[in-house]
Amino acid sequence: MTNSRLLPYLLIAPSVVFLILLFIFPLVQTIGLAFTDQGGASLGNFRKMVGDINFGVSLRNTFLLVAVVIPLQIGLALGMAVMLQKMEKGRDLVLWIWTIPLGVSDLAAGLVWLSILQDRGYLNSTLFALGVIDSPTNWLSYENPTALFVGIVLAEIWRATAIVLVILVAGFQLIPKEYFEAAEVFGATGWTRFRKITLPLLKPSLQSALILRTVLAFEVFAVVYALGGRNFPVLVGEAYTWMRDNQNDGVAAAYAILIMVISLAATLVYIRLLRTKPEAQA
Amino acid sequence: MAGITIDRIKKTFGAATALAEISLEIADGEFLALLGPSGCGKTTLLRIIAGLETQTSGRVLIGERDVSALPPKERGLAMVFQNYAVFPHMTVYENVAFGLRMQKADETTIKREVERAASLLHIEPYLDRYPAKLSGGQRQRVAVARALAVRPAVLLMDEPLSNLDALLRLEMRSELKGVLQQSGTTTIYVTHDQTEAMGLADRIAVMHGGVIEQIGAPQTIYERPATKFVGGFVGSPPMNFIRMPVAGGRAALGGFSAPCPGAKSEIICGIRPEDMRIALGRSGLDFKVSVAEPLGSTLLLTGKVQDQLIRVAARPDSGLKAGDIVALEPEAQRIVWLDSETGRAVGA
Amino acid sequence: MSTKRFLYLTGVVTLIAWIVVPIYLIAIGAFSGRAGVFRWPKSLWPADASLQAMQVFMQIEGVWNAALNSVIVAALCMLFSVLLGAPAGYALARFSFKGQTAYRLLIVLTRAFPLAILALPLTVNFIRIGLYDTTLGVALVHTALALPFAALVSSSLFMGIPRELEEAAWVFGCSRFQAFVKVVLPLALPGLAATAIFAFVISWNEVFAAAVLTVRERTLTAYLLTVLSESPLHFRFAGGFILIVPSVLFIFAVRKYLFAMWGIANR
Repeated sequence: MTNSRLLPYLLIAPSVVFLILLFIFPLVQTIGLAFTDQGGASLGNFRKMVGDINFGVSLRNTFLLVAVVIPLQIGLALGMAVMLQKMEKGRDLVLWIWTIPLGVSDLAAGLVWLSILQDRGYLNSTLFALGVIDSPTNWLSYENPTALFVGIVLAEIWRATAIVLVILVAGFQLIPKEYFEAAEVFGATGWTRFRKITLPLLKPSLQSALILRTVLAFEVFAVVYALGGRNFPVLVGEAYTWMRDNQNDGVAAAYAILIMVISLAATLVYIRLLRTKPEAQA
Repeated sequence: MAGITIDRIKKTFGAATALAEISLEIADGEFLALLGPSGCGKTTLLRIIAGLETQTSGRVLIGERDVSALPPKERGLAMVFQNYAVFPHMTVYENVAFGLRMQKADETTIKREVERAASLLHIEPYLDRYPAKLSGGQRQRVAVARALAVRPAVLLMDEPLSNLDALLRLEMRSELKGVLQQSGTTTIYVTHDQTEAMGLADRIAVMHGGVIEQIGAPQTIYERPATKFVGGFVGSPPMNFIRMPVAGGRAALGGFSAPCPGAKSEIICGIRPEDMRIALGRSGLDFKVSVAEPLGSTLLLTGKVQDQLIRVAARPDSGLKAGDIVALEPEAQRIVWLDSETGRAVGA
Repeated sequence: MSTKRFLYLTGVVTLIAWIVVPIYLIAIGAFSGRAGVFRWPKSLWPADASLQAMQVFMQIEGVWNAALNSVIVAALCMLFSVLLGAPAGYALARFSFKGQTAYRLLIVLTRAFPLAILALPLTVNFIRIGLYDTTLGVALVHTALALPFAALVSSSLFMGIPRELEEAAWVFGCSRFQAFVKVVLPLALPGLAATAIFAFVISWNEVFAAAVLTVRERTLTAYLLTVLSESPLHFRFAGGFILIVPSVLFIFAVRKYLFAMWGIANR
């Protein structure tokens, strides 16, 4: 066909133009914004960012959240995926229920857990009924940083494990059942099968789940904001505050650059650590 | 109805040559099979004729019309695909009517032609069903009916039976032959199955490595292969090739000797397994049986003649078994002599 | 019943409860109004629930407008993502062309970036070209989030439709475009609809870019975020509940495609 040489380019052109305008262009601009101060190239914005009292705390908090939430999510999602694997009746229903949070925004998830964790919430009501506490206790304040942190972790796990689960279940579907049956025939126990067959063959899926989740986890913001306001500073929240309240694009952009560098670094680390040889893929 | 001319068609993918200047004439109403192993270029050639792939150089003529640069829809042909390509979102009726609808035929013509094609392929009971409810064999019939409904000048078929099970394949094969003989459509049929090609085609073009090794009537291809490749590819079990030293115009090996063409010191004797007699007590090729497989109509013997592996189809009641040593006598007029270096037939 | 089986079932039921109970609780919170929120201790029975609480919430100044904006933004995002993404997906699925790898890289690269943050510099540009504080502006940024996903998923959808079907259509008299409309599109439609719905959910849930790019024309998420600190609890719960409902329904609608979509979108 005569025009088939040009056709693919015509088909991708709109999306390429779009991504240049709304991805590449703002990316370059963010870099520009971050590295200019008062009309000249400078590291002033970064100095201002690092000098802010909330900087160290928000950096630590963000990393802490990622470090605690991601492993728990991966573990939980793996467990759920394995449970689904064995399920015969009602698999579709259970799967649907477990993936509901996929459609729940981080803001809504924060509000959901706020209804549970607020001082007159269901957690305290339960604790009261069990006789653990005798009056409403405020868990989500800066006086109680550990409780606040645990609350945020719970909300994040509740909300964002579903996406990991979906990726892993999709990965499971790509593994032929014969592998498990072969392992069983050769006498591998459940745990050995999981370690020797499931995990290695699931590695590509684990990798994408890790990358996706980590990048998104460094963007964590609305859950935290809904539960603790600014009592628990995180990086994106700081960027938002600098932008909205302090009207300082430069420092906000510096935060954006920092988040991007961390996300990219994390992605690269995962790609290196979980490299699968193409010929060893399922 | 129209004949087809393939004029020096060449196709390269980067540095790889898929087709090396192929030329071919197919007469009006002829049934030609393109036979060869996978990767030989037969499907590429078919797709170039259909216009689904563009040739690097060369021309395709249908009737007298040069269609080389035309898109598929303007070539006036129909095609049956390997995986049937029956549209899953249309009923059988709409599938069969598809080509006619695209030609903007009126409703009465469509109805008439769909019913004609459906009755040819015995799919009238399924016209209202969706393909998902049909078996592989039934879908195959729909695909053929869809192709015949447009009364095409040329019908192209790409391994149409390869996805059917053995029994169904046999049944469809004879039915297909009947239907196509009746319609007299010029047909090009791509297959890797030599029995299909032998059974269906007026002529077979055996392809290998992007070239046509031999083209001719099925029986000629079988009995007088032009190359070692053709002899080995057509026929099951394949032709035996026995190297023999030549002296004074005669090839001789063990107790066997026969006059042969050519002047080289070595020649290949090509002989089909069923063309060797077991010469009990007489002189011939000393054949040591290593495996005997009773196949019902014959007893297939595998063994060695002077360290060369060959197969012999013996009578089922011959009582031979592994370990036996017998003398073989090839039927002289059935021997194909091949050049030991080029593998091409010599003499004759 | 063996201990193992008992543990297994307990695990499954616990995890179901873990997902469902919090949603139930915020639903009670949303429908119980001021009185319910301050009741102490609370019971799990929705004693104070009434539709009135929700009505009151919807009548608050700005809520209705924000909800409407959210719907408009998400609908636009859905439209743009599919209109831009599906052709690209088709190109990826059906052609091999120079620059294909580069294009794929561009798509995958968007995943490694926290895209919403790129809304920061866009405020300046959007103010200049009049897109700031408009639903269209937010929709464009959300499309940048959803487009790569739409392109990859639709590419896998088209790959799942045998090329032979299209070729058959060509041979039987269709142009490329006709074949696409008559054969490919009907078969891809359910999957494309699922992709569109996913784009809708991505946009509906996005907070950061929407909050940064709007002042008056807020989406529901942006609105809730900005009034969060000064609004009463029952108001927040009602907002959270309204955010959850459409997404959950939509996920239900596309559940069949969820795994096929992610399975291939992640390779």
